[in-house]
Amino acid sequence: MSHLQVRGIGKRFGAFVALDAIDLDVQKGEFVVLLGPSGCGKTTLLRTLAGLEMQDQGQIIHAGRDISRLPPAQRDYGIVFQSYALFPNLNVGQNVAYGLNNKRQGREAFRQRVDEMLALVGLPGTENKYPAQLSGGQQQRIALARALATRPDLLFLDEPLSALDAIERVRLRTEIRKLQQRLGVTTVMVTHDQEEALSMADRIVVMRSGRIQQMGDPQTIYHRPANDFVADFIGRGNLIQGEASAADTIVHHGLSLQCDATLQPGKAYRFYLRPEDIRLLDPLEATHNSLLATVDKQEFLGAFTLVTLNPLHTGMPALVAQFSSNYLDGRPIEIGSRVRIGLPKERLHPMQEAA
Amino acid sequence: MNASGRVLTAAATSPSVSTRVNASGLLLVLAALVLAVFLLLPMGALLGHSVLDAQGNWSFQRFHDVLTAPGMADATWNTFWVALAVTAITVPLAFLYAYAIQRSCMPFKGLWRMLGLSPLLGPSLVGAIAFIQWFGTQGLLKSWLGDTSVYGPLGIIMATVFASFPHALMVLIVALATADGRLFEAADALGASRWRKFVTVTLPAAKYGLISAGMLVFAYSVSEFGIPKVIGGNFKVLAVEIYVQTVGQQNLGHGAVVALMLLVPVMFAYVVDRQVQRRQQASMTARAVPYQPKRDVLRDSLLTLFTATVAFAMLAVLGMAMYTSVITFWPYNLAPTLGHYTYGLADAGVGNAYLNSLWIALLTALLGTPFIFVTAYLLDKTGQPNSPLRSAIQAMASLPMGVPGLVLGIGYILFFNHPDNPLGALYRTFAIMVIVNVVHYYSACHLTALTALKSLDREFEAVSASLKVSRLVTFFRVTLPVCLPAVLEISRYLFINAMTTVSALVFLYSPDTLPAAVSILNLDEAGELGPAAAMATLIILTTAVFSLLHAGLTHLLLRRHQAWRTASR
Repeated sequence: MSHLQVRGIGKRFGAFVALDAIDLDVQKGEFVVLLGPSGCGKTTLLRTLAGLEMQDQGQIIHAGRDISRLPPAQRDYGIVFQSYALFPNLNVGQNVAYGLNNKRQGREAFRQRVDEMLALVGLPGTENKYPAQLSGGQQQRIALARALATRPDLLFLDEPLSALDAIERVRLRTEIRKLQQRLGVTTVMVTHDQEEALSMADRIVVMRSGRIQQMGDPQTIYHRPANDFVADFIGRGNLIQGEASAADTIVHHGLSLQCDATLQPGKAYRFYLRPEDIRLLDPLEATHNSLLATVDKQEFLGAFTLVTLNPLHTGMPALVAQFSSNYLDGRPIEIGSRVRIGLPKERLHPMQEAA
Repeated sequence: MNASGRVLTAAATSPSVSTRVNASGLLLVLAALVLAVFLLLPMGALLGHSVLDAQGNWSFQRFHDVLTAPGMADATWNTFWVALAVTAITVPLAFLYAYAIQRSCMPFKGLWRMLGLSPLLGPSLVGAIAFIQWFGTQGLLKSWLGDTSVYGPLGIIMATVFASFPHALMVLIVALATADGRLFEAADALGASRWRKFVTVTLPAAKYGLISAGMLVFAYSVSEFGIPKVIGGNFKVLAVEIYVQTVGQQNLGHGAVVALMLLVPVMFAYVVDRQVQRRQQASMTARAVPYQPKRDVLRDSLLTLFTATVAFAMLAVLGMAMYTSVITFWPYNLAPTLGHYTYGLADAGVGNAYLNSLWIALLTALLGTPFIFVTAYLLDKTGQPNSPLRSAIQAMASLPMGVPGLVLGIGYILFFNHPDNPLGALYRTFAIMVIVNVVHYYSACHLTALTALKSLDREFEAVSASLKVSRLVTFFRVTLPVCLPAVLEISRYLFINAMTTVSALVFLYSPDTLPAAVSILNLDEAGELGPAAAMATLIILTTAVFSLLHAGLTHLLLRRHQAWRTASR
């Protein structure tokens, strides 16, 4: 049985459906990321798990205990908010120790725990500083130390990195992930940043309008999006649709394309191809799954170049390809020139129809 | 599988949930009840009473009687045009004064600011008494007014400008405090003239503050009762008419109708002000760069001259009231004496009034502050945000700002003096005077508390809950310490207003509970200008000393408990 079970959670705010029959299982030690645009219900779901919002229906079971109707204080979790929510009038030590019960544990154990937590987040010796004396990233680390000090069984992170600058954000996301793996604490994080989700999660839950669109590990979510929404939300892509002419072939605007999936002949299918999956071939290499196109636009972005290609097949929509600089390795791409590109069959995964 | 078995354990612990939720919910219901009984019901009694005839039947007879009574049309028109004149004079004066403080490099800004706000220390009557001394029949500067008597509209306007000036000044100082420096730089870069910058950048940014100050001064003038009573002579205004109907002629029904007529323009000003404030919040963006005035000799000296003149006039008014209290008889016998303070007050039988007021003011501050702050806390930090109970409390907390003290006072008489009211025992006690003060000054305090509470991270309560720390502990360890400056400010505001107010209390005192500010009115009526000035001076000294002590205490408390505010990186 999974560690945290969510069964049929629903929540409305007036006529607005915030959560619609959400089912979710989180395994012990797993890092699950709730991902979606604002208003998709991801934060509401997290706050429901935390007992800060009360669901209208459904059940939440944590370690076999039904916590559906329990107030926050009777659940077992630590939480970190985007705003840090550090108490400004207490110093770092007092903030970290806020949830520790010093009568039960004795003063020495108490101090030791604070030292231990500050060392854990890489800020030893800061206990006498006030939050306002720390940078945003440092404050967020203290918030994390405070949330973990009481050894909670679950860790909830509500957009913990959104208020930080880009460099600090990347550094802290690696640190949080490492810390989470070291402590093995079961974690649920909310974010709207797909890169953050891909880099941190064991499993991503993509949400939209109060519903789960797809659940899966980062690779699956990225390469095999279940529907248009997931595909669009996570990275750029090219939609390729056509009718299957054989068990392994579809016809896309007159072009036959092979794929690895097993198809039903006569049925319409849709595929999602990532820009970096498009290959640049030798113009004479007229292999399967290749076509000629003219270069319409190119955008140099440093590590890679985004290229818009107009296929010569009439009616076929433009494709966006992404070529990394070392892949091109000096091969020039010029606007107006004609190139041959390949659409690898192992990258063509049919989408399940829209949820 | 075994989940259902464990559900039972959870269910067994859930009663504590409901008690926890109910404790704060219950307190909130209690606060709503208190506000309803001491604000809504008296106002309801006022409304109800005005539409009943002498036999207790529904009728507009009283409206008809009042509106057709001789002199009512005059009183209404007088009230209106005097208020307009006061607004037209006070707002520009206060604007320029605030402008000098915020947007120039004038020296001694702290001093000018203090002097500009000094009229707040005394009852509004102080100005009226001083202007009588300066410009009255025996006045030193009587000739300045030519043939016009100070007893009448002129005196009312001068004294009301003096009394309402600090209120407008406070609003405008705040309005001019936040300026986007980038706009001035852009204007400079485009070669805009000084005048053009003022008209296109300064004024639009202060627009809402100006409207707000205008509405405030207008409402102040319309509801002011003490000044026209003392210096108005035979010039009729609505506020005095309420007093005459209620206290003089014991006609509560007519008093109620006139009170409603007073309520209309004040409520209008209040609603306009609320709309304006709502808009203002959006006008300042987070990216704005604070404006730093640069030295400019011509502008700075002109503004200093202006500010010093106004401040000097303020001092002359306050000083004359105080001077009157220590001389034997103006202008014939200028020998110094403390007689007005000793047998002057004792002879008039108002010796206890000062102590009464001190008690009322202390109790108002000590009881009002926790009630207001805790109610604002419960409103902002507990339970569901948009429940009807919360909206009701929010509305009730904002309402007193739009209700003149006189109107509230009449409502209190009608409600608490009603033979069937079980709370009737409160009437004419200290308790009711403390309560009416808290209610009368509720809105500004509530706003101060709410602003401080809203500046706290809204997740503090959630974090505490996740750390299994009770809400009460977090209230005392975090919420209260962080909001301490606001709490102290509320207590000061309540004390000073309770010490100086006349309007609501004038209907509610008994000979044993006569407050100091009201006694000034009675002394003046008896022609005892010396003792009246002595009492006014006592009040001014008290509020001044209190402000000093309060500032000292605030400083000490902040230094001891608020190290985090000043800690540097």
